[in-house]
Amino acid sequence: MLIGGIAVITRKNPVHSALALIVALLAQASIYLMLYAPFVAGVQIILYAGGIMVLFLFVIMLVSIDRSMKERQFNSQWVVGMIAATALGGLFIAVYTKGKSIFPDGVPAIVEGDNTQKVANLLYGQYMFAFEIASLLLLVAIIGAVVMAKKRI
Amino acid sequence: MHEILQYISSYLTSDKTPGAAGNMFWVLVYIMLVFTGLSVAVIAMNWLERKILAHMQVRLGPMRVGPHGLLQPIADAIKLLLKEDIMPAEADGFVFWMAPLIVVLAAFTVFVVVPFGPTHAITDMNIGILFMLGVSSLSVLGIVMAGWASNSHYPLIGALRSSAQMVSYEVAMGLAVVSAILMTSLNASGTGTLSMIGIVQAQFEQGEWFVFKFFPLGLIAFFIFAVAMVAETNRAPFDLAEAESELTAGFHTEYSGFRWSLFFLAEYSAMIAVSSIAVTLWLGGWLRPFPHWLIGTPWDQIFSLFPGVTFLFLAAICFYNTVRMPKHPLFRIQTIGLAGFGVVLGLIGLVLFIPAVSVRVQDIFWFSTKVAGFMYLYIWYRGTFPRYRFDQLMQMGWKVLLPMGLGVLILTAGVALLQQNIWHP
Repeated sequence: MLIGGIAVITRKNPVHSALALIVALLAQASIYLMLYAPFVAGVQIILYAGGIMVLFLFVIMLVSIDRSMKERQFNSQWVVGMIAATALGGLFIAVYTKGKSIFPDGVPAIVEGDNTQKVANLLYGQYMFAFEIASLLLLVAIIGAVVMAKKRI
Repeated sequence: MHEILQYISSYLTSDKTPGAAGNMFWVLVYIMLVFTGLSVAVIAMNWLERKILAHMQVRLGPMRVGPHGLLQPIADAIKLLLKEDIMPAEADGFVFWMAPLIVVLAAFTVFVVVPFGPTHAITDMNIGILFMLGVSSLSVLGIVMAGWASNSHYPLIGALRSSAQMVSYEVAMGLAVVSAILMTSLNASGTGTLSMIGIVQAQFEQGEWFVFKFFPLGLIAFFIFAVAMVAETNRAPFDLAEAESELTAGFHTEYSGFRWSLFFLAEYSAMIAVSSIAVTLWLGGWLRPFPHWLIGTPWDQIFSLFPGVTFLFLAAICFYNTVRMPKHPLFRIQTIGLAGFGVVLGLIGLVLFIPAVSVRVQDIFWFSTKVAGFMYLYIWYRGTFPRYRFDQLMQMGWKVLLPMGLGVLILTAGVALLQQNIWHP
């Protein structure tokens, strides 16, 4: 996953960056698997790697690559970048070492076979309102896309 | 040494798939078996497609290479291996090389969860169907990469069209699959399952194949999936992206020799994979016809004779054609070859009559027969239907199949609720 992530930002060719992002997303799915969440891993592969990245690649391929590949890659803000990255890294390390009380105790005894059922129960039971609001968000996006792409209203 | 034998034989009495039992040796054996079976199936599909298409078009198809063209696929394979490997000048080397790899990997990895029987699968994930849909959607990426890396406009347009088509029909496929999964939850415990073996067992427990359940809802869901799966694999009548007269073979125009054969292999494997999904979800997987109506010893025995009888029938066809071969000295080798092939088929048929073998092979036989029926349908569609224009294709995916899928899903859920609450309170 780290290799995929680093490759995304260092490749000059945007198609190579997109492919590296696919590698990173597949690695993310396997991290979900290691956390005993097979349903989320499966849906990650279907939606992210198989759907969203395809659409990314569509757009990248329809845009001319030569101009973006010939652009000079500049890195003139590296001082601020290093400070920000060190600060973030320090924050992560501080939370991990000092803030053990935030994390749940040890590895919970999760039965892997139940993950789909539990996700479904939570999503359609306790978090039903959030689910419907999320679908409303998607509806707004679809309407916006249709309005922008129509020739005449 | 003794421990190794112990490890190997400890699986033989278990009732789980090798992956679930954690037995690595048998996992590898099953993987080799599935891979070999799949390769043989792809080769056979190549020959069958050319012969059946030819017979539908009132001509004979390949007749020269072996008796009735039986060695034609081998000749094709040798030709493709010996062709020069061309890479276009400005093509992106790494992506050009990776694209067929990704398509083939995605098409073959799907077979890890395909259930040939209650324990005859490589493994049984509890998200089996999700895994199959997800990995087969990764092949779209390979196609997009292939089209772009060829650095030429025909492949680019072909790849974009092909991937747009595949993504749109994946939505319709997903909805049909969801309505079938919904039917698995109508059992005693009220919990459905996403695992492929669990789906077939749910059909067995509920006593009917899901294609006939809640008639006509199961049938409509099956129909939606059957149409979407043909579009998903870019086969006729949805093959605008790779048709010769339209885009000079679309996204695999610039591939030659072995790389092209990888795409071709992946296409047939994907066909078999989505047919396996359809057979598992709707047609009862490995169950023999009428598992609950025609029970009892005489019916069990009759149905257990089917594998052997099928192979004997194929052997009889071979012998009949041997007798009909031209009696010219130049045809002697072909006649002997065909007779030998018939003898081999007959021997396999006789072996399948032995009860010890037939008991184990039953499930695999019924599953393979149903998938073979789907393959025949694929070839039939190719020989019968004219091609869809691309905008008609996209319109059908989004404006016809998607609303139908949603309607079937809502109606299935409604009828399922009624059945659970009102008819069996």
